[in-house]
Amino acid sequence: MRCAGIDIGSRSIELVVVEAGRVLEKRQADSGFDPMAQARDLLDGLPYDRILATGYGRHLFELALEAPTVTEIKAYAVGAGLLFPKVRTLLDIGGQDSKAIALREDGRVKKFEMNDRCAAGTGKFLEIMAHSLGYALEAFGPAALQAEKEIQVSSMCTVFAESEVTSLLARGEDRKAIASGLHRSVVRRASGMLKRIEATDPILFAGGVALNPCMVRYLAEATGKEIVVPEQPQMTGALGAAIMAEEMHSKR
Amino acid sequence: MSESYRSMWESLGLDLAAHDALLEVLGKAYQDIYMAQEQRPEGMGYFDFVMSEVHGLRIKELLDEKAAGKKVVGSFCVFVPEEIVRAVDATLVGLCTGADFAVEEVEKLLPRNTCALIKSAFGFKAGKVCPYIESADMIVGENTCDGKKKSYEILDDLVPNLYVMDLPQTKSPEGRRLLAAEVDRFKTAMEDLSGVALDVERLKKGIEIVNNKRKAMHRLYDLRKHDPAPISGLDALLANQVFFYDDPLRFTESVHKICDELERRIEQGQGVFPKGAPRVLLSGCPMAVPNWKLPWIIESSGAVIVGEESCVGERGTRNLTGDSGDSVKGLMEAIVDRYVQIDCAIFTPNPERLDHVQEMARAYKADGVIHYGLQFCQPYITESMPVEKALEDADIPTLRIETDYSMEDVGQLKTRVEAFVEQLR
Repeated sequence: MRCAGIDIGSRSIELVVVEAGRVLEKRQADSGFDPMAQARDLLDGLPYDRILATGYGRHLFELALEAPTVTEIKAYAVGAGLLFPKVRTLLDIGGQDSKAIALREDGRVKKFEMNDRCAAGTGKFLEIMAHSLGYALEAFGPAALQAEKEIQVSSMCTVFAESEVTSLLARGEDRKAIASGLHRSVVRRASGMLKRIEATDPILFAGGVALNPCMVRYLAEATGKEIVVPEQPQMTGALGAAIMAEEMHSKR
Repeated sequence: MSESYRSMWESLGLDLAAHDALLEVLGKAYQDIYMAQEQRPEGMGYFDFVMSEVHGLRIKELLDEKAAGKKVVGSFCVFVPEEIVRAVDATLVGLCTGADFAVEEVEKLLPRNTCALIKSAFGFKAGKVCPYIESADMIVGENTCDGKKKSYEILDDLVPNLYVMDLPQTKSPEGRRLLAAEVDRFKTAMEDLSGVALDVERLKKGIEIVNNKRKAMHRLYDLRKHDPAPISGLDALLANQVFFYDDPLRFTESVHKICDELERRIEQGQGVFPKGAPRVLLSGCPMAVPNWKLPWIIESSGAVIVGEESCVGERGTRNLTGDSGDSVKGLMEAIVDRYVQIDCAIFTPNPERLDHVQEMARAYKADGVIHYGLQFCQPYITESMPVEKALEDADIPTLRIETDYSMEDVGQLKTRVEAFVEQLR
């Protein structure tokens, strides 16, 4: 029985196929403007018996392929449980959402916090800020880590932060220092959510933003806790969905 | 809606084109949200009819009553004592506050970060689409939150007949005295408006009518304690909403009829959701027609709403008014005793509400509580923190939602609510 999990996020789509708990295949694509078409491309030529969808686009997928769905909150919890069974606190920062999730001893979701409707504190915020400062997204975190001084960026709102960046640049500030301040601002928001769910040590950091080394370092500083990042943090949800597809099968 | 209503709406000064647009949106929302439900009790047909005629037949009835010399009083709050309104043979109706309308006009009058409920009241007035506010002989405002009391100062310029009732902020003896004085002032205002002098018999009659309406709701609430739930939360919310509009005697009778049907359903083990479906208690701000967004999201995520800790729900209907007094003074005291118990978040402190939320969660066997705070509603959003803490200390999972009437956050709300429902399973 090959079970697939597909995580249709706002920025990217991840697909994981498992068989008897072993990962057979991992794929990723941009969500683009037609996520269903991208999802179909990703599935093309891939044999699987069952599929479970998660992520922002899960209901689109549910309608198109009559697949069952699960929220990314649960999928990340299950994926995290498989990768790091002892971790009880999870932070997932994706393209348009950020979530802090507390897990019970048995791995089920105990409580979660999620960002409000705007892009503040999400991957989208970092992406837009990287662009304003002329960095490729991958280079943004490493550049921020090279900052020689720190500039406080107070706006959490993407729109206001962008104009704040513009005025900082006009003042002649170093863009690395601004980058560092922007990372701190996203971390402040994340650590606020982690406080509300009473985060334990260590914290599993997943979602695409966990690939950013500056975010990992600053999060450790802000929380005083060990930050664990899976090898491919953006795959955590798809992995969780695949595992759940398998569990749903075995329950029948 | 038939042509004959058009002249009625026109005579009320409604903007017919805007009103048509409103009715179309309302009708569509009702179809998508209400008529799409499965296994609805047959008795809900009555409420479907009421909703389809909410700006039609009901308004005609009110205008007929007016023609016969009776008065119509509009209100925005459960603190306005309906017993007294009924006692002078007048009709109390809730005014429209459940949808965004004429937002640009409203934002000329009110700050943008005013809650959606207040903005909506202004939108319906400014957009000339609420036949209730246009039919009312008196509009009663009340000094609850800062948003409302300051906005009434502005509303006063828009309507010719605003009456503002002051309310205490604490449940101290001084607070109660203030409420008693205001209820008394309201009694005089109702007597002046109607030309009817209140006596024991009239007051008793008013109390009886309103108590009976509340008792019918209590019976409905009680039936929702069963698993499987015999009625959806959306339908029960609709009954709570129509409570504010409909003729009280007809309403009472119709709710009892639904209850009879629900009792048969319970006997047969029949429900609107499968037995064991996650049960959710809604707590927080009031939801006026057609604010069905969050309940719809919750129930389309597989959970059933089993109770409303809300003004449009048990906060508004929980307490009955004592009817044993044999003097006007005694009955007026009983009315004050009843209204002073309302556990609105404008009171400080407000520990009764924390107790009530927990009691309700237990009584309705709720698996979790969703706290609904209207964006910019300071009293309820601030209180959502201690509510969440009290519930979680009692091991009741809680989700705090802050939203407004717009649809832009539906995707994110759905993710949150679905994840919460997964958590309860």
